[in-house]
Amino acid sequence: MTLGELGIGVPVTVVSVGGERAFRRRLMELGLLPGTEVEIVRVAPLGDPLELGVRGCRLSIRRDEAVNIEVSMLPARERSESAPAVVPVGSGVPAAP
Amino acid sequence: MTLSAVPANADATGADPAGAVLHRVVVVGNPNVGKTTLYNHLTRGNARVGNYPGVTVERHVGRLAAEGPAARHVEVIDVPGTYSLSARSAEEQIAIQAVLGMDEHPRPDLAVVVVDAGQLVRNLYLVLQLVELGVPCVVALNMIDEARDNPPVPEAVSRLFGVPCVATNGRTGDGVPALIRAVETALAEPKAPSLEVAYPGELRADVDRVAEALPRALRANVERDRALARWALTSIDEDDELVAVDPGLRERVTDVRRAAGSRDVDREIIAARYAFLDSVAPSLFARGTEGRPKHAGSERLDRFLIHPAYGFAVFLVVMTTLFQALFTWAEPAIHGVEALVGALQKGAASVLPHGVFRDLLVEGVIGGVGNVIVFVPQILLLFLFVGILEDSGYMARVAYLMDRIMRSLGLHGRAFVPMLSGFACAIPAILATRTMERQRDRLLTMLVVPLMTCSARLPVYTLVIAALFPPTRVFGWVPVQGLLLVGMYFFATAFALAAAAVLGRVAVKGRKVPLILELPPYRLPKVGGTLRMMWEKTSSFLREAGTVILATTVVLWALLAFPRKVIDEGLPVAPVAAQHAIEESYGGRIGKVMEPALAPLGFDWKIGVGLVGAFAAREVFVSTMGLVYGVGGVDDGDVVPLRDRMRAETRADGKPAYSPLTGLSLLVFFAIACQCMSTLATVYRETRSLRWPAFLFAYTGVLAWAMSFAVYQGGRLLGF
Repeated sequence: MTLGELGIGVPVTVVSVGGERAFRRRLMELGLLPGTEVEIVRVAPLGDPLELGVRGCRLSIRRDEAVNIEVSMLPARERSESAPAVVPVGSGVPAAP
Repeated sequence: MTLSAVPANADATGADPAGAVLHRVVVVGNPNVGKTTLYNHLTRGNARVGNYPGVTVERHVGRLAAEGPAARHVEVIDVPGTYSLSARSAEEQIAIQAVLGMDEHPRPDLAVVVVDAGQLVRNLYLVLQLVELGVPCVVALNMIDEARDNPPVPEAVSRLFGVPCVATNGRTGDGVPALIRAVETALAEPKAPSLEVAYPGELRADVDRVAEALPRALRANVERDRALARWALTSIDEDDELVAVDPGLRERVTDVRRAAGSRDVDREIIAARYAFLDSVAPSLFARGTEGRPKHAGSERLDRFLIHPAYGFAVFLVVMTTLFQALFTWAEPAIHGVEALVGALQKGAASVLPHGVFRDLLVEGVIGGVGNVIVFVPQILLLFLFVGILEDSGYMARVAYLMDRIMRSLGLHGRAFVPMLSGFACAIPAILATRTMERQRDRLLTMLVVPLMTCSARLPVYTLVIAALFPPTRVFGWVPVQGLLLVGMYFFATAFALAAAAVLGRVAVKGRKVPLILELPPYRLPKVGGTLRMMWEKTSSFLREAGTVILATTVVLWALLAFPRKVIDEGLPVAPVAAQHAIEESYGGRIGKVMEPALAPLGFDWKIGVGLVGAFAAREVFVSTMGLVYGVGGVDDGDVVPLRDRMRAETRADGKPAYSPLTGLSLLVFFAIACQCMSTLATVYRETRSLRWPAFLFAYTGVLAWAMSFAVYQGGRLLGF
């Protein structure tokens, strides 16, 4: 299912972020990555754009672009899918389990 | 990329002209994190405004407000708010250029990163990039008051990244002295931080391959080269709009991306960074879990303010108030300025001996200065509103609500307020396009705003309509004259929107980037910051556009005053003599020369002279026409004699020179042509080039002529 077809207030998990390169890159840098939870908070009065809730902030994108974002109803894992983090050099903070 | 002024590995400090050691600090951060407020605290409000090299983006430069004898000379430069250093356009590239000191940007010694404590992970994404690049940083955890339920702990952030971290509250100023001390300490003992995020194996190989292709001037050490290579991988693209990218680097990036095949390099890089941040985030907060303030009040407000029904109602009220303010609240101030200028003119006229110098001073110089200052009330009012709308966060909601409509016209949602302001005056509207992020959108809006029916056109419309159209009614009750006036407003607006659609495709190049708009939580605007911005905008307008307007006024005065035919003995000049003087002047001659081009539009040389005069300000058309028709001093209220004269004017064959059709043609011409030199001067100042004001003048001029022609000749064909 895509974000363009989603109803309001249904939390889902991002599967993939498609669309034009600069757009998807910016969206991912704002935290909308595969594995992140997202929901449609509301829709603008004229039906477009959509207001998304991601990581506690509100982002607005158009429906045309929302159809390029695949989502699913799986439970959210905030952590993105790549390799687990490594303890940074010189830091005394223990890595999360 | 080209060599910067200071080589990448040079000694950290430069020297200022006085010989003392000068440090440089750049202030970076996400948009909407209170960076400007904190910047003003750091520089105690004494920053100058300039531009970044090569782009029309504002750059503030100030001195650090440090105390004591050991206080260093520290230059503090702001960098436009950005979520990431990766870039697609020259404007976005400013972030990495400013932070590393590339491409004519001076190299900074330190970066102060302003972070929203209530949006920590996303804000730390930027900090992470800076640390990977080895840029010495100080992190300011701003808006700490909003995160008070579960605040991030500065010491934890500091330990994680290996950089000093201070909690601040830009609104109250808490934490600013500590921040300044941290900056000074960091400058005294520079430490290049480093951090290792786990990137997937194949990606690391890609990054190394790109790092090999970095131009020598940009290389530093292995880690920084890799970080820069990652920047290149996420920024460089086949159709990016980046400047000064080394061709070898570009080629290598393209090869590596192609060789990656179905692997999504962007996602791998970004996901690895977020994985790291997500895993360490809980340990950064007092409660041991990632804190996310609820902003409940903001939520409730939004439920109302972006509600389909109430939201639009509130929007209409806000916009109507803005409009009213610009139209009527500024009136007393404008009249005040005009009265002041008039008094100065009378004063000078009575004191100085008659002659050229006196007229130059009175009509040219004082009049010219008056022409500039008269815009100040509206600029101040508009920026008061814009400042409040932006700082409170409501402006983002305006863009959100208007996006659907504006987008179908090829305009950005943020263009709404400038376009609306154009109904009052184009000059503050053009200045207000600064709120738009992309140069292309800003430029398109600037080129279209002058088509909105500004208040200066009203005296012209009123004169022409009253003089040349009968005060009759159609359908028994609708007055023709009123209908015509309203019709002109609709016509101009429709024309502006059509022009936006066409120009957006044809003249103003630039990719249409899909919309991503952040709706920040509502916050109380900070009065001091707004006032400072109002002052800055006004003073730079006065300085830059003002000089052009003054010069043009003097030139136009000269055109109508020379060659001098009237013997000036201080006696009141008979209207007939003044009329002859105008006819013989250079301006009059220009009018005569223009006549063949104006005749197909139904105009004659007298209107031509009026158009020349109107270049100074559209309402000057009325007073110039008064002179041309020999009706003496024509003030706003006193157009009756002029009106009658125009109506009575006959041609050689005895038929009326001006018909309603001529009137309509003239109205259309005025609606479209951008003959206002103040507008052109402002566009020149905002775009820093002659090309765009010239284009604006040319395209509106040609279209005005063509439309007038169509109206007049079409009307003739139809038998009017």
